[in-house]
Amino acid sequence: MKNKISVNVNGKQYEGEVEGRELLVNFLREHLSLTGTHIGCDTSSCGACTIHLNGHAVKSCTVLAVQADGAEVTTVEGLATNGELHPIQEGFKEEHGLQCGFCTPGMMMTAVDLLKSNANPTEHEIRDALEGNFCRCTGYHNIVKSIQYAAKKMNGATA
Amino acid sequence: MTNYIGKSVKRVEDKRFITGQGNYTDDIKIPNMVHAYIVRSPYAHAHVKNIDTAEALKVPGVVSILTGADIPEAIAGVPCGWQVDFKNGDTMKEPPHPLLVRGTVRHVGDGVAVVMAETKAIAKDAADLIDVDYDVLDAVADPKKAAEPGAPQVHPDCPGNLCFDWELGNPKEEVAAALASAHHVTELDFVNQRVVPNAMETRGVVAQYDTAYDKYTIWTSTQNPHLIRLLMCAFVLGIPEHKVRVVGPDVGGGFGSKIFHYAEEALLVWASKHIGRPIKWTCDRSEAFMTDAHGRDHNSNAKMGFDKDGKIVALQATTFANLGAYLSTFAPAVPTYLHGTLMQGLYTTPKVNVDVKAMFTHTNAVDAYRGAGRPEATYLLERLLDLAALEMDMDPAELRLKNFIPAFDGVEQPGYQTQVALQYDSGNYEPVLKRALEMVGYENFRKDQAAALSTNKILGIGFSTYIEACGIAPSAVVGALGARAGLFESAQVRVQPTGKVSVYTGSHSHGQGHETTFAQIVADKMGIALEDVEIIHGDSDSVAFGMGTYGSRSLAVGGSAIVKSIEKVLDKGAKVAAHLLEASVDDLDYAEGKWTVKGTDKSVSFGDVSLTAYVPHNYPEGLEPGLDFSSFYDPANFTYPFGAHIAIVEIDKETGATKLLRFIAVDDVGNVINPMIVDGQIHGGLAQGIGQAMHEGALYDDTGQLINGSYMDYCMPRADDFPSFEIDRTVTPCPHNPLGVKGAGEAGCIGSTPAVVNAVVDALWKAGYKVKDIPMPMTPERVWTAMQG
Repeated sequence: MKNKISVNVNGKQYEGEVEGRELLVNFLREHLSLTGTHIGCDTSSCGACTIHLNGHAVKSCTVLAVQADGAEVTTVEGLATNGELHPIQEGFKEEHGLQCGFCTPGMMMTAVDLLKSNANPTEHEIRDALEGNFCRCTGYHNIVKSIQYAAKKMNGATA
Repeated sequence: MTNYIGKSVKRVEDKRFITGQGNYTDDIKIPNMVHAYIVRSPYAHAHVKNIDTAEALKVPGVVSILTGADIPEAIAGVPCGWQVDFKNGDTMKEPPHPLLVRGTVRHVGDGVAVVMAETKAIAKDAADLIDVDYDVLDAVADPKKAAEPGAPQVHPDCPGNLCFDWELGNPKEEVAAALASAHHVTELDFVNQRVVPNAMETRGVVAQYDTAYDKYTIWTSTQNPHLIRLLMCAFVLGIPEHKVRVVGPDVGGGFGSKIFHYAEEALLVWASKHIGRPIKWTCDRSEAFMTDAHGRDHNSNAKMGFDKDGKIVALQATTFANLGAYLSTFAPAVPTYLHGTLMQGLYTTPKVNVDVKAMFTHTNAVDAYRGAGRPEATYLLERLLDLAALEMDMDPAELRLKNFIPAFDGVEQPGYQTQVALQYDSGNYEPVLKRALEMVGYENFRKDQAAALSTNKILGIGFSTYIEACGIAPSAVVGALGARAGLFESAQVRVQPTGKVSVYTGSHSHGQGHETTFAQIVADKMGIALEDVEIIHGDSDSVAFGMGTYGSRSLAVGGSAIVKSIEKVLDKGAKVAAHLLEASVDDLDYAEGKWTVKGTDKSVSFGDVSLTAYVPHNYPEGLEPGLDFSSFYDPANFTYPFGAHIAIVEIDKETGATKLLRFIAVDDVGNVINPMIVDGQIHGGLAQGIGQAMHEGALYDDTGQLINGSYMDYCMPRADDFPSFEIDRTVTPCPHNPLGVKGAGEAGCIGSTPAVVNAVVDALWKAGYKVKDIPMPMTPERVWTAMQG
C-alpha cells in the first residue's frame, strides 16, 4: 500500500507516494534525487545520512518517510543560501575537513545542529557530538578544526 | 616560478562535495535500470544441493534471477594479478573464483544467486524467498590451523590449504647461527589481526549494454578503472577491451579495498546484456563486511638477536598469512614482496630471513589494505625493538639510534642495499626520531611516568620508526617478482587553443585530492594560473591508460608522468615561440607563462603560442600543428618514505581502559606539493593504524562465521577515540623521480600501530607487569587480563 506524504525539503514542498516501510533517506535520494544525503550502513551507526528534520539532526535511515509527512527537512543541498556557502561548508573547505567527501554531508548536518545548541564548543564537546558520524579518511582531526572555524565565523557574524 | 608547489592550496574538488553534488556510483540513475541484490552464503563451507527460485520469480517486479549454473562455462571467474611460486619452483595454487558459486560455497558471503528487480526492495523481498539447500561442511578460518594435518580443505587441488610457501633474505642457517651466538634474543609470537577496510562508500556497480554501439559501460566504485577493464575483458568475460568503458566516478574512499577486480563487476556487465537492461548493484554495509577484501591477518613468530651493545645481529620472521578462500587481485604480493622486503626496516641488521606460508581458509579474501604488508613488517620489527629495549633495560630511542642506517641521499652516496632485495633510494633517519623526541618532551615524560606509578592511572610511551616501499613500482622489477602487470602511469597534457590545459591522468582520486595537487604541478611548471588547469581522471574512454591509485603511487608515478608530458609541451612550444620571435630555441627562456629572448624584452605568451599551434598560419616549417602530449612514466625504483611515531597512553589499572593521550608523528615523504593535503593523508593513516591497535578486528569463529560483520559489532574508530595529532616532517627528496616526492598515503597507517601497542606494554612493564604482548585490538578486558598475570 502506498501512502501520500507532503514534505517541505530545503524550502520547497514535495508530494510523494511511499510504501509504509520506505525510509526517509530513500525518499530523498530516489524520489527527489537529492543524492547529497548518503547511505553508509544498515544499522543507523555511521551518520552519513544525517539531515535536519524540523530543525534537528536525525539519521534519515532511522526515520520512515511517512513520519516526515508535514515536516520540514533540510539536506546538504539546502545548506548554502543563494549560492553563498554556509559557514560550516566554508569551514570544511578551509580546514581540509574532507577527503573522499562521502561522510561530509552528514558530518556538516550534525555539526550545524551542535552549533545551534552550543555556539562555542570545546574540542572535547565537538568530538563527543561527532560520536555518531564515522569518517574513514581524515582521522577526524581536520573535521574538528572545520567545526571550530564555523563556530568562530558564526559567532563573529552574530556579534 | 613556484607559485603553487609547496603551498596549502585549498582543494578545487571540495565544492561539489560540500554542496552535495558529488556523483558516487549509487547516485547514478539510468532509464529502465533494474536493481540487483545478491543472495550470499550464510555458511563458510557447504555444498549447494539445490537452489529453488520458483517462489521468488513470482514476486511482481522481479525481472530475472541467475545462479552460477546460468553463467556460461566459458566465463572463467575472477583472476589473480600476481603470481608467487613455491620455494621449490612449483607454480602457485590458483583455484577458480567463479562469479557465482558452482556447487560449493567457500566463505560466508560467497555469492549464490543474483536477483534483479524494478527496485532494490523488491529484489530483497524476492531474495528472501529463494530456497538454497546447503549441505554444511567443516570449515577452517585460522591460517595456522589451516596448515594442520586433517584441517578442512578449502579447495580440492590445494593440499594442506597451502597457496605457496616463500622465503627471502640470508640462508636460515646463517640467521640461526647469528641468533645462537647473540648476547640477547627477543622472541615474540603474535597475531596481526584481520581488519575490514570500511571505506564509507560501500562498493557499487552500474552496468549498461548499448546495442547500438555493441558497447558496455560500467560505473564502479574503484581505485583503478583501466586495470578493472583489462582484467574483466581479457581474463573473465572475453569482451574486446575497446567495447568496454569503465568509469570510476566519485569514489568514497578505498584504502586498498577498491583496487581489486570483484566478481560483481563482471557479473553485472555480463548480466546487463543477458537481460537487456541496465543494472545497479549497491553493496549493503553488512555485505561489505563479508565481501570487501580484508587486510592483515598474519600469525607470526619472530626472533631478533642483539650483541652486548644493543646492535641487531639477526632477524628471523616466520609468518602464516591468511589469503582467505579465493585469491584477490594482489593478494600473493602482500605477505611476500610488500612484507618480507621491508624486514630490514631502518636498521643495519646483517642477517635477515623471512619465511611465509600463504594459506587458504574459509574466510573472505585478504588483500592490500592501507600499507599492505608494510604495516605487518613494521609491526613485527617495532614490537620486537621496544620489547628488546625493555628486556635489556635499554632506552628504546637509544636502541634505535644505535641501529639506524647512516644517512645517504642516493646522489652523492649510493642507495642502501638491504639483505631482503630492496635498495633504499635515500634516507636520513636520525632527524625524524630526534624531532619526535623533542616534540614529546621525552625526559619530562619519563618523570611524569614515574610519578604516575603511585596512582591508578599509569602512563606508557611507545615508539615506532618505520620505512615503507611505495611509489609502486618499476615494471621490470615487479614483473620479475610475479606481477602480471606493469606499474607505470600515463598522463596526457592537452593544451587547448586558448591556452587552457586539460590533463588526463591514469591515477584515480578517491579522497587524495589529485584535482588540486596535480593542478598545482601543472600550473607551476607551465607558469599559468591554477584555474586554467583541469585534471580529468577515472574514465577509460577519456584517459589513455592507467594503473590506478594504491601503494602511495599517485604523485611519485602519476605526477611524474604529468611532468614528462609538460616537458614535451614546453619543448614544442619553444619551437613555435622561437618561430614567432624570430630567434633560436637556444636563445629562449621560459618563465611565468612566456618565452623571452634572453637579454631582451621580446617575449611571446603561452596563450599566443598555443593559439598559433592550433591556427598554424605563421608556423615553423615541418612542425605538426597542435599542442597535446602523452607520456608513460615507469619509475626507476620504489620510493622509501620513513618516519618516527610516538604514542603516549594512560591506562586505568582498575579497568584496563586505555586512553591515547598524545600521538606524535614525524614523517619524511620527500618533497611536498601540498602540505595541507599531506597532513590530511597522515592524519587519516594514523587513525586507521591506531584503530587497528585499539579498536578494530574482524572475528571469525571456528565454523568460519563472521561474528562482527556490522557497525553494531565491529568497532569503528570515532572522533572521541583520538586526541588531536601532533605532526611534523623532515624532507629527504627522492633522487630518482622529477618531483623528488615519495608518497604519503600509507605512512600514517604503517608507523602508528606498533607505537600504540608498545606504549601499553611500556606502561604495564614499568608498573611491574612484565607482559610481552597484548593482542590487538587492545580492549580494556585484554589489558586488564594482562595485569592479572
